[in-house]
Amino acid sequence: MTTVQAINSALGRVPPWVLYIVSVLLPAWLLYLGMTGGLGVEPIKELEHRLGELALQVFLFTLAVRPLRDWTGLNLMKLRRAFGLITFFYVFLHLLVWLVLDVGILSEIWADIVKRPYITVGMAAFVLMIPLAVTSNNLSLRKLGPKRWKGLHKLTYPAAVLAALHYVMLAKGFQIEPLIYLGITLLLLAGRFRLPRKAATA
Amino acid sequence: MAGRYQSDMTKDDVTPKHVWLNRRSLIAGGASALALGSIAGPAAASLGAVKTDYGADLEPNSFDDIKSYNNFYEFGTDKSDPARSAHMLTTEPWSIEIDGLVDNPGTYTMDDILAGVTLEERIYRFRCVERWAMVVPWAGFELADLLNKAGVQSDAKYVAFETAYRPDEMPGVRSPIIEWPYREGLRLDEAMHPLTLMATGIYDEPMPKQNGAPIRLVVPWKYGYKSIKSIVRISLVEKQPPTAWNTYSANEYGFYSNVNPNRDHPRWSQKYERRIGGGLFARQTETLMFNGYEEEVAGLYDGMDLIEFH
Repeated sequence: MTTVQAINSALGRVPPWVLYIVSVLLPAWLLYLGMTGGLGVEPIKELEHRLGELALQVFLFTLAVRPLRDWTGLNLMKLRRAFGLITFFYVFLHLLVWLVLDVGILSEIWADIVKRPYITVGMAAFVLMIPLAVTSNNLSLRKLGPKRWKGLHKLTYPAAVLAALHYVMLAKGFQIEPLIYLGITLLLLAGRFRLPRKAATA
Repeated sequence: MAGRYQSDMTKDDVTPKHVWLNRRSLIAGGASALALGSIAGPAAASLGAVKTDYGADLEPNSFDDIKSYNNFYEFGTDKSDPARSAHMLTTEPWSIEIDGLVDNPGTYTMDDILAGVTLEERIYRFRCVERWAMVVPWAGFELADLLNKAGVQSDAKYVAFETAYRPDEMPGVRSPIIEWPYREGLRLDEAMHPLTLMATGIYDEPMPKQNGAPIRLVVPWKYGYKSIKSIVRISLVEKQPPTAWNTYSANEYGFYSNVNPNRDHPRWSQKYERRIGGGLFARQTETLMFNGYEEEVAGLYDGMDLIEFH
């Protein structure tokens, strides 16, 4: 058995609920840090930024699942839905911190969404992700049929670009990190369009 | 000149240092910290800045707050980077090159700069363009004192400032976040205003490096980035000098950069701000025109459109 096969068979035994539990523990830990001074003297912004970054990281990981399989043989397809749902969960928490702890003023929230392009873009990414989260279950897959379901889930791609753009647009000064995230996002998407059709029909 | 500023506030509301120090050691360290604190006393030498009534109605942030949350991009863009890396900066010896339209140009050592100067404690509001705020008890003297030492010539209209640029000591300058060295500028009347300070300390202790040691500018009615840190050069000039953030994006960061809740940053509103140090449930508060110094400085901008000249 090769190393990749060994890893695949080990991963095959990981049930998704393990991932869901870990994914809840992480923000709970951040919240605990925030309440006990572990996130510094401005814990609201820190919590908001860490959740946003976490969401983007899991999002990119979700997008990497298929290229990973196609290029290296490492197969995480069984866990991909979990990664996608965890991404949405983190985006939702990120948004919640912004709404409730950060801005907290209804008129200001609306003004920001309409007037501030980076917030408009971030909100758009969130809205695109709602139907994806809602239909990330076997029942929806059956009801929609695989073709329509796959078509709908192509919304992942614009959502990813908007999410990365959201980060780039809020940087002050020329900063490398958000550009690296955008670069990786575009790379992962570009790879998809160059992949042979067999990946889609397999 | 020290003591130029008078106000009818009382000192009663200021938290004396020994009170908050005790408070903190009680919270953080328990018995051992208390015992150590009472035996060893404060580690850094105190500057002996003269207390003033200025800002007596404000409750300053703790020294820890002020030292741990900084924008000093020469040491990295994260708020905690300066506290981590600024120790690399050599601040002794230090001197400022004063040049341009002055009678006495030259290299001013810290001794020259501080000769005949009385340090005052001034408690000022500090408002960052990013919408966070703090209250800082600065130790410093009026910039006017230093400019008068240098002898400002009559055709000087602006003052340009420059931060040290030391790639060996400043990891952040390896990345072109903005144009290095960091530069700032004031109109001469703003620079001569009695609120404008050259600060050499906080809480009567020498300036922490992450806060701009050994000497920095403090202009309390403008966004924080105008208050340039670790100054090595001051030039008196005739024309409005180029400044770091204005050069990067003039639409976002104006030359004046007066705190103004009516002029939004293109990417975010400036109507509200949040005091740091308030924990996870701190609310936003309304931003004050000229950061609460309207009475003192509004006259500098009579007849000016503060939206256009933001």
